[in-house]
Amino acid sequence: MKNYDMPIFAVLIALLILAPMAIYPVFLMKVLCFALFALAFNLLIGYVGLLSFGHAMFFGFSAYISAYTVKVWGWPTEIGIIAGTAVAALLGLVAGSLAIRRQGIYFAMVTLALAQMVFFFCLQAPFTGGEDGIQAVPRRPLLGFIDITSDLNFYYVVLAIFAAGFLIIYRAIHSPFGQVLKAIRENEARAISLGYHVDQYKLLAFVLSATLTGLAGSTKAIVFQLASLTDVAWQMSGEAVLMTLVGGMGTVFGPIVGAAIIITMQNYLAGFGEWVLVIQGVIFVITVLLFRRGVVGEIAALATRLTRRSEP
Amino acid sequence: MYDFIFQFLGVSPQALFGQLLIGLINGAFYALLSLGLAVIFGMLNVINFTHGAQYMMGAFGAWMLLHYLGIPYWGALILVPVIIGAFGILLERLLLSRLYHLDHLYGLLLTFGLALILEGLFRKQYGSSGLPYNNPLPGGIHLGFMFLPWYRGWVVLISIVVCLATWFMIEKTKLGSYLRAATENPTLVRAFGINVPRMMTLTYGFGVGLAALAGVLAAPIYSVNPIMGSNLIIVVFAVVVIGGMGSIMGSIVTGFGLGVIEGLTKVFYPEASNTVIFIIMAIVLLIRPAGLFGTPR
Repeated sequence: MKNYDMPIFAVLIALLILAPMAIYPVFLMKVLCFALFALAFNLLIGYVGLLSFGHAMFFGFSAYISAYTVKVWGWPTEIGIIAGTAVAALLGLVAGSLAIRRQGIYFAMVTLALAQMVFFFCLQAPFTGGEDGIQAVPRRPLLGFIDITSDLNFYYVVLAIFAAGFLIIYRAIHSPFGQVLKAIRENEARAISLGYHVDQYKLLAFVLSATLTGLAGSTKAIVFQLASLTDVAWQMSGEAVLMTLVGGMGTVFGPIVGAAIIITMQNYLAGFGEWVLVIQGVIFVITVLLFRRGVVGEIAALATRLTRRSEP
Repeated sequence: MYDFIFQFLGVSPQALFGQLLIGLINGAFYALLSLGLAVIFGMLNVINFTHGAQYMMGAFGAWMLLHYLGIPYWGALILVPVIIGAFGILLERLLLSRLYHLDHLYGLLLTFGLALILEGLFRKQYGSSGLPYNNPLPGGIHLGFMFLPWYRGWVVLISIVVCLATWFMIEKTKLGSYLRAATENPTLVRAFGINVPRMMTLTYGFGVGLAALAGVLAAPIYSVNPIMGSNLIIVVFAVVVIGGMGSIMGSIVTGFGLGVIEGLTKVFYPEASNTVIFIIMAIVLLIRPAGLFGTPR
């Protein structure tokens, strides 16, 4: 079957370039940050078969780092984002080398527990501002000359970051490295017997996922000029899982669609308070029971069925 | 000599034994909850993320029985685990049983969704500030070195009894041997004419009942709060990773042991008391990846 990924991506980017004409740029930036978060998460669950329930630690902690370095130390915006991303990579290396020592369901529990440890650290450490978080992070000119106080300008920067993140992940999963990851997902024992150092592959995938999650978190902190405990709490990890599940685990575009759906839903339901939690739970249950392939997965399956029928 | 030791440690004996008791009580909850998780996991191969929500429902069940029907604590202690256990059986029959043929991760995702729904509903109805529940056993006894409130002693005692009874039932009775056999090889046990699906349903109900019992026990100690379960369940997951889910006795020992260690941390280095169990988990993963009582797979 022909691969339409790149044409679809080109259309998507074209639409996103035009989107601010119709949609509020801050909303679009939020969708893009979470889409990158979900894409990075999907790299693990979709292509290595590792369910991380602790990705909030990378998202939230990198947000704190970029917010703190930019606000308190007065670092330039781009250096702050890079610092947040780098710290997330480092945290990913530590958390990953612990978590990959267990498989399956234990992996999920270990990542969840490690993330909770990071949460308590952020709750107690003085630099995070406790319950208030780090507020009013300045949006300094990017690279010294791009004015990002205008939401529209900043939107195009975030779009570029998102596109870069997408292409890195796309490249990774379509490289020989990505093929080995899929082999590990399908049959770990066989991958080992073929001589692959499975743990090294898993760790590299984990660090890559953590790094890109950190990129999403750091960018989000500058967009909303805020880093808070919400970003690092376990519910945030759950949201990444939900977005990816709804969009389609293991599909190239699923996480983007999932992020758009969930963020839109949260936007419309913001006034309903606790019902948001209930509705998210209901979406989880319905998706798991009725359409596990997610929106994109179901569409792809439908397309495959139709092309099979037309070709004799 | 005795005083000298405490002076050397820089803590008062009251503080030390007080925290030890709190540690034992937390340990009792860790043990009851991780036991339930282990029993469910052994039989169903599902990590029950709803466990925390079911514990919370246990506490709310006790509160509701008292406030709406006037049924006191001692009635709730029997009724609530049965009611919540029946609710668990309903969940297993209607939802969970549809996922057994799939990857275990879907069971985790489903129960996570259920936990969100339950927590959200209770928060909607009761807010998140917490409701008080009166201590059914006021007073206590001076033991010389510390004051032991009756209720706290009762919680430690009953949870040890329930844990040991569960261990006895699974390891030493005929029913338990069916259970262990079905955990090992369900197809073969079914071929011998034992209704394995029904055993799975009942096992889930039993595990949920244990969580609800822990909830009832917790109601007079902590305030009854919709978010009491979600914070606890993550710690219990770490306890399960440390102990490994292979052994029933292992879950019990690890649960109580970690509770005590957490209590001691509160005395000597309070800043780390929230994270000490996670740190221990990290160390155990480095030294014995399969867990203290687990068998490597």
